[in-house]
Amino acid sequence: MGYVIAGYLTTLVGLGAYALWLAQRAKSLRRDRVQ
Amino acid sequence: MSETRRSSSGRAPALLGWASLVLVGATVGLGLVLPKSAEQAEYSRLIAIHPPVAWVSYVAVVVAAIAAIACLLTRRASFDRLNIASLEVGAVFTALTLATGSIWSRPTWGVWWRWDPRLTTEALLLAVLVGAVALRRALPPGRGRAVVTSVFSLATLGLLPLVHFSVELWRSQHQRGTLLAPDPATNADSPYLGAMFLGFVAFTVLYSWMVVQRARIEALEEDADELMLGRAIAERRAEGLGPSDPAPGVA
Repeated sequence: MGYVIAGYLTTLVGLGAYALWLAQRAKSLRRDRVQ
Repeated sequence: MSETRRSSSGRAPALLGWASLVLVGATVGLGLVLPKSAEQAEYSRLIAIHPPVAWVSYVAVVVAAIAAIACLLTRRASFDRLNIASLEVGAVFTALTLATGSIWSRPTWGVWWRWDPRLTTEALLLAVLVGAVALRRALPPGRGRAVVTSVFSLATLGLLPLVHFSVELWRSQHQRGTLLAPDPATNADSPYLGAMFLGFVAFTVLYSWMVVQRARIEALEEDADELMLGRAIAERRAEGLGPSDPAPGVA
């Protein structure tokens, strides 16, 4: 079951990290535009 | 390449985000409780994520190529933004396709990596996608950058048949397609197919949300570049005038 968990975790962590980066980058750029 | 940008603060992206969260959660929940198969034991549970993630990498390349053609024909900046957004998100999904495939191959093939036609062509696709994103970052904004990105998108589209049909063209250990050419010998029974289709929907919705976000970031970065350029020009003009120089047009 370890490989199955590793496969799911890799996908979730990878996509989650990218989604967070997108959200943070958009937030930062919007804040800069307001200033 | 300039055009008026509308504010994209609608509710659709938020809805897409929440929908993708729920659907991906459901896919993971369903995938982890799939029954063990006779051939691959519990490793069949990876069917809920690996094929759907690979599917999205295909979708991303096709969408990027369509946006590239539209960009070349219409010169609209929105298609250029869609193009790079889809390429970058596609690179993420392609990397995850290779990672999950490698994790699946370790217990079933006995190795993490093999220079198998499917794996090799998929790695080539990733290299081209990453190269396109990296090259774009090195180029100044404008029509030239949009054309270069479009050419890369069309190159990745050319690679796609090679990736998909690599298992038919060469001797490959990778499983052949089981959806378009069903093989009774495979174990893609209804519970597995159900989880896999849910994964297709979930990751496609997530891809859509990511592309919308990435295209929005591209628009914001273009705005920031224009703003900085405007400020720099204004500063240079102010330096050129100096405190004692008369303003142009003033006698």
